[in-house]
Amino acid sequence: MTTNMKKLPKDSFERITIDSSHAERISKPSLSFWQDAWLRIRKNKAAIVSMFILVFIVFMAFVGPFMVEHDPEDVKVAHASLPPKIPGLEKLGIFDGVGKLGSKTVNLYELKKVEVNYWFGTDSLGRDLFSRLWKGTQISLIIAFVAAVIDVVIGVIYGGISGYYGGRTDDVMQRIVEVLIGVPTLVIVILMIMIMKPGIWSIIIAISITGWIGMSRIVRGQVLKYKTQEFVLAAKTLGASDTRIISKHLLPNIMAIIVINMMFTIPTAIFFEAFLSFIGLGLQAPKASLGTLINDGYKFIEYQPHILFFPAAIISLLMIAFNLIGDGLRDALDPKMKD
Amino acid sequence: MAKYITKRVIYMFLSLFLIASFTFVLMKLLPGSPLASAAKLSIEEREVVYEKYGLNDPIPVQYARYMGNLAKGDFGVSFQYKNADVTTLIVKKLKYSAILGAQALIFGTLIGIILGMIAALKQNTVWDYGSTIIAILGISIPSFVFAVLLQYVFSVWLGWLPVGLWEGWKSSILPSIALAMGPIAIAARFIRTEMIEVLSSDYILLAKAKGANWFEIAFKHAFRNALIPLITVLGPVAAGLLTGSLVVEQIFAIPGIGEQFVKSISSNDFAVIMGTTMFFSVFLIVIILIVDILYGVIDPRIRLSGGSK
Repeated sequence: MTTNMKKLPKDSFERITIDSSHAERISKPSLSFWQDAWLRIRKNKAAIVSMFILVFIVFMAFVGPFMVEHDPEDVKVAHASLPPKIPGLEKLGIFDGVGKLGSKTVNLYELKKVEVNYWFGTDSLGRDLFSRLWKGTQISLIIAFVAAVIDVVIGVIYGGISGYYGGRTDDVMQRIVEVLIGVPTLVIVILMIMIMKPGIWSIIIAISITGWIGMSRIVRGQVLKYKTQEFVLAAKTLGASDTRIISKHLLPNIMAIIVINMMFTIPTAIFFEAFLSFIGLGLQAPKASLGTLINDGYKFIEYQPHILFFPAAIISLLMIAFNLIGDGLRDALDPKMKD
Repeated sequence: MAKYITKRVIYMFLSLFLIASFTFVLMKLLPGSPLASAAKLSIEEREVVYEKYGLNDPIPVQYARYMGNLAKGDFGVSFQYKNADVTTLIVKKLKYSAILGAQALIFGTLIGIILGMIAALKQNTVWDYGSTIIAILGISIPSFVFAVLLQYVFSVWLGWLPVGLWEGWKSSILPSIALAMGPIAIAARFIRTEMIEVLSSDYILLAKAKGANWFEIAFKHAFRNALIPLITVLGPVAAGLLTGSLVVEQIFAIPGIGEQFVKSISSNDFAVIMGTTMFFSVFLIVIILIVDILYGVIDPRIRLSGGSK
């Protein structure tokens, strides 16, 4: 070894000085929590595809009803029960306005002398199913979103107070929750909807009346976890008020879990709305929601399955998209899985 | 353990008391008359009927009587079905719902376990993705959409199975499958996660090291340990089955409790609604209680302070 070393020319070595100021240099750009989450969720193909589907459905839910000249609630008996007809696709043999009349297969548009096109056909009262579908999707989405927001607001306030103040307050509040949690959601939702006038708000209230409990438990658990940590103690020492500690220090830390949970609350609310409408406790005609549209379609399934197909497909897509985004977010926001 | 069970039972009764009171208040607030043909009756006749059912008594008296009867398991008398006893009515209808529920639960859990095992043992292969997709579909697509789809394909289109009504075991196949989608999805997801966790544990490494074959590792060591926590999902599964049964029974015209409940809602049959509500609540609350206690017995490590939901 030593002999070998001596043979090496001195000038092939260069002395480098270590600049100690670079030792702490961060080589990657600093990312905020949400930027970091985005980097991870971007790799989740299912979640990304779901996001596109969701954006498309939401866009159509608000724009779709205006894309055709038909009003979603307009009854035109002369145009009743028409099959779908989309100009341009006729040559392919689909959406060409051909449907069954008794046992014969005929072009119902020519038979009934209908000049206009109904892209997704019409229902038994001659209402345009394309605009009804998107209007219904819009209402279902609004119901689900508002219900989820109410759940979050009540859940965060209740869980936050219970977890932060602890002691007697927490005891009393948790005893109440323990009694309430035994009440089956299904039972309470049906009972609530029965005494209220059917409508968007009664469905929202019925869904959120027990919905906040799950959220409040999660928030309480998180607040309990964070409130004993040093940064909260530091804030307290500096004289921060309780409101400030909760809103500026605790809430941002539990925001991720709240968002994940909301992604699962929304499809649950969509489901319950459709469920209620399906058993006849939801919105009343001529108003449309995904549930009422499925219910309408189900009545004519034997001869006009297309009436059922579109709303059933949209509700399934919506539920799948929300669930996959929820899964993706959970994986992306879970700090244990940071890479 | 005894203290924990006592505490849970007390909460159970508190919850039930709350539901019973709430149901009673709601029924009193409900618009519409409970009598089948109220319009046809004269005011005097109506008075007689109201008197007979005690509907003219002060509300607190009615409440006390209702609660007293509930405690005895007496849900009152249906206003619609020629004075049929609600308890008898529920018991009569229970058979069909129970058959559907049990079939869906057993079939669904078995398929779910198999799917979950395949996914975990062949992680990140086509098998895994396939079973994950089935699980996502099962969780996302509402049971009534499945039910309608199955009915259309197998009854209306192919004509293999009866469209509806109860004509023996064949009638139960489609509704059971529709109901089973939830349990399949939940069990498959759960078993997959549990198996993957168990498979990476030290004792599996040891089993591999001592030369145990693949089959022995998968079934004798991993599967048995992954299976235990599965009972915790029984609560949500039962709730899901119950919710699903309301619509699925309606779609297939199965004369079960779910269908009866929906019918009673539209006909304002207070006694049946209250009875069924209480029955559903007792059913779900007792299941969740049993699951929590069972889990505590099987796995003593769990902390008894937090109930599961």
